[in-house]
Amino acid sequence: MRELLEQIDSWRAEGESIALATVISASGSTPRPVGAKMIVSGGGKMQGSVSGGCVEGSVIEHALDVLAKGEPRLIEYGISDDMAWDVGLSCGGQIEVFIEPLASVS
Amino acid sequence: MKADTYAAIRAAIQASIPAATATCLSGDAEGQVMFLRASDSFDGSFGDPALDQAVRARLLEKLDEGGAGAEELEGVRVFFDSYLPPPHLVVIGAVHTAIPLVSIARIMGFDTTVIDARGVFATEERFPHSDDLIEAWPDEGLAEINLHHGVAAVILAHDEKFEDPALDVLLKSEVGYIGAIGSRKTSQERLERLKARGYTDEQLARIHGPVGLNLGGRAPEEVAISIMAEIVAVRNGVDPARALATAKSA
Repeated sequence: MRELLEQIDSWRAEGESIALATVISASGSTPRPVGAKMIVSGGGKMQGSVSGGCVEGSVIEHALDVLAKGEPRLIEYGISDDMAWDVGLSCGGQIEVFIEPLASVS
Repeated sequence: MKADTYAAIRAAIQASIPAATATCLSGDAEGQVMFLRASDSFDGSFGDPALDQAVRARLLEKLDEGGAGAEELEGVRVFFDSYLPPPHLVVIGAVHTAIPLVSIARIMGFDTTVIDARGVFATEERFPHSDDLIEAWPDEGLAEINLHHGVAAVILAHDEKFEDPALDVLLKSEVGYIGAIGSRKTSQERLERLKARGYTDEQLARIHGPVGLNLGGRAPEEVAISIMAEIVAVRNGVDPARALATAKSA
């Protein structure tokens, strides 16, 4: 989180809404540990990572939807996932990513 | 996460105050966050007194344990996260190798302090990238630092009149890593010197010397990366003697 604070400050100063994605669980050989975080701005910019680049694209899409709806959600990624062809983890591991609006006032 | 919760986490991180959060992942309170700062200041609720109590108990433990993970509590899935003060590299001896070592440590997210009694070495010009630069004898300089478990101390001052006062302080502290530069022969002589002064083998086993993993390099940058590699191994509970072999076989 520490490494993301500056970016969060700067996006907030620009009036961007921000979603926070956190790795909640990881099994098998996964590139980023539980607790790894990335942030996504309402404008679609990202910082940090939750995998070695395997699922970030999908996380950005979910994050934008989370910002639009204002509701958090939990997403599972893994080899057994229906979407394994396009957003699976090629390493064969499984991760769960929790995506929430960050610093919402409500 | 609400704005005030985020502000509290942000403030704790910036002040290097340990903090922990619990995020509710299921049920009515999904997305709600409970927060603990410095072992006594709780905030937030999941709306169920029994659950809140269980969460508060785990938050207290998380402050010690560190790390992150999801758990079931009272039938609800909760994600715990901790925000502990950053690791801290303390270099004794503002020699050439210290310059790239501080650079690498900063990339790794360490706070950095360089200590040297010699004003010519410990200059802002040579260490513009160090968070802190202390011109003092090692024992005086170390006295200014919180020597917690997340501290990695590296003695690069190649001289027993700097080394021994530093080791006297470090061996009595809780620092997680102590490294001291020098050849195998110098390292052996250092151990014998300290043993003669009453230190036990167990105490002396904390000293990594010759410092660093054997990457075969001699340039300051190469030595610096071998030292940081050893610090990473020790922090992750990997025996440095096996670290390179493990990387190969993994």
